[in-house]
Amino acid sequence: MIELSVNHLLGIKYITEEDIQLIFETADHFKEVIQRPIKKVPSLRDITIANLFFENSTRTRLSFELAEKRLSADIINFSAGSSSVKKGESLVDTVNNILSMKVDMVVMRHPNPGAGVFLSKHINASIINAGDGAHEHPTQALLDCYSIRERLGDVAGKNVVIVGDILHSRVALSNIFALQKLGATVKVCGPKTLMPRYIESLGVQFEPNLIKALNWCDVANMLRVQNERMDISYFPSTREYTQQFGLNKKILDSLDKEIIVMHPGPINRGVEITSDVADSKQAIILDQVQNGVAVRMAVLYLLASKIKRNDS
Amino acid sequence: MYPEYVSEHFLMSQKTLLDATEIHIALHRLACQLIEKHDNFTNTVLIGIQPRGGFLAKRLVTILENDYKIKNIQSGLLDITFYRDDFRRSEKPLAANETAINFVVENKKVVFIDDVLYTGRSIRSALTAIGDFGRPTEIELLTLIDRRFSRHLPIQPDYRGRQVDAIGGEKVKVCWQENEGEDAVYLIKEQI
Repeated sequence: MIELSVNHLLGIKYITEEDIQLIFETADHFKEVIQRPIKKVPSLRDITIANLFFENSTRTRLSFELAEKRLSADIINFSAGSSSVKKGESLVDTVNNILSMKVDMVVMRHPNPGAGVFLSKHINASIINAGDGAHEHPTQALLDCYSIRERLGDVAGKNVVIVGDILHSRVALSNIFALQKLGATVKVCGPKTLMPRYIESLGVQFEPNLIKALNWCDVANMLRVQNERMDISYFPSTREYTQQFGLNKKILDSLDKEIIVMHPGPINRGVEITSDVADSKQAIILDQVQNGVAVRMAVLYLLASKIKRNDS
Repeated sequence: MYPEYVSEHFLMSQKTLLDATEIHIALHRLACQLIEKHDNFTNTVLIGIQPRGGFLAKRLVTILENDYKIKNIQSGLLDITFYRDDFRRSEKPLAANETAINFVVENKKVVFIDDVLYTGRSIRSALTAIGDFGRPTEIELLTLIDRRFSRHLPIQPDYRGRQVDAIGGEKVKVCWQENEGEDAVYLIKEQI
């Protein structure tokens, strides 16, 4: 297959395994491109992309921006803090105003789940979801799976445990969908209060004991404790969380096999993982960041190739 | 349009332009012409243009190494998909191929190798692409088949196996033993 089955990347839920494999194969080529002395190709030079960030982001925004620049696209950046959104403009109005400036693609992060899906029904541009509330963060899941594939050769047949705040995490949901589509088995681990009620309906098993989960898995994806999303107390104290669900070098060395440690960033060092684990050989946290650019280039390239040219 | 039992062979005619022996002779001549110009290849790199130029490049390297005892020839593959000027214009989506250039091209003489030179657009893209790897002192072009009179750009080969006059609707197909099971070059015409 050489074409995506979708015109937008709204979530991993909406794409097929073949789509994911195509994105990975294309990302392999872009990974080679970004090793060159001149890390840039002219493919998207007639495409304009709007990066709309209605919520704070550092690495995702930088990663997308770099991916866009390395494909030679023209870009405009927008963040909600400094815009008319504060004056009460609706999402569709904001975006339509931006689109009337002839924008072909929109990369959007929004605090409301489903914002991307909503937008795709109202505007005529290719939309990439860069995180919508606690719903999905598809490019993060793609780069996580890509990094597993790079390190272990394949995602199929691997055991992956996602540890931490599953309830508020879009990274967790997208990762569960992507890993399952690629044939991996997924377990979740963390305080019971941070587990969605119907998590097992996704075919995911809940494991309350971190040591058991780590002994079972090939890959541990340690999520960040998202203090900003917690309106009430979900666990007694950070110290208690760390004692039960924090990964340190002692635990890592006591396991029977060498597992891979991932983290979507930003890390709370000493909370979900300790510094010596984050900086160890088993951690592929910086590979994830590097692969993020290549994977996002692949997504942008493949979606752009589906935009019909209108020369007349 | 046609019933299913009408196979596509009825609608196409195929003429052999070069057979295995003729290809063998042409490859040896091209290898000798390369030696004439590049001596022992110390400052020259050979680059096959993907997807089809790699086969020809590999053959030439084998001949140069085995029959003419030239050692340590640097050769690589260059994919031009991301540099093409028909992105979003062609009906079919473009699939990328591997690029493998594990050497420095800065201040080297580069020889592009491709099986068929047709409109010249691939070579134009390759000229842009190679610039991202460095600044070669010189770039030459070697092609097995040169479809003259069909160029869209002012690009000509420095070394050619055979010149062919083919019109727009015709296709030149180069087959390689290692890929298609035989060495041959065909001219394919659609009859209707």
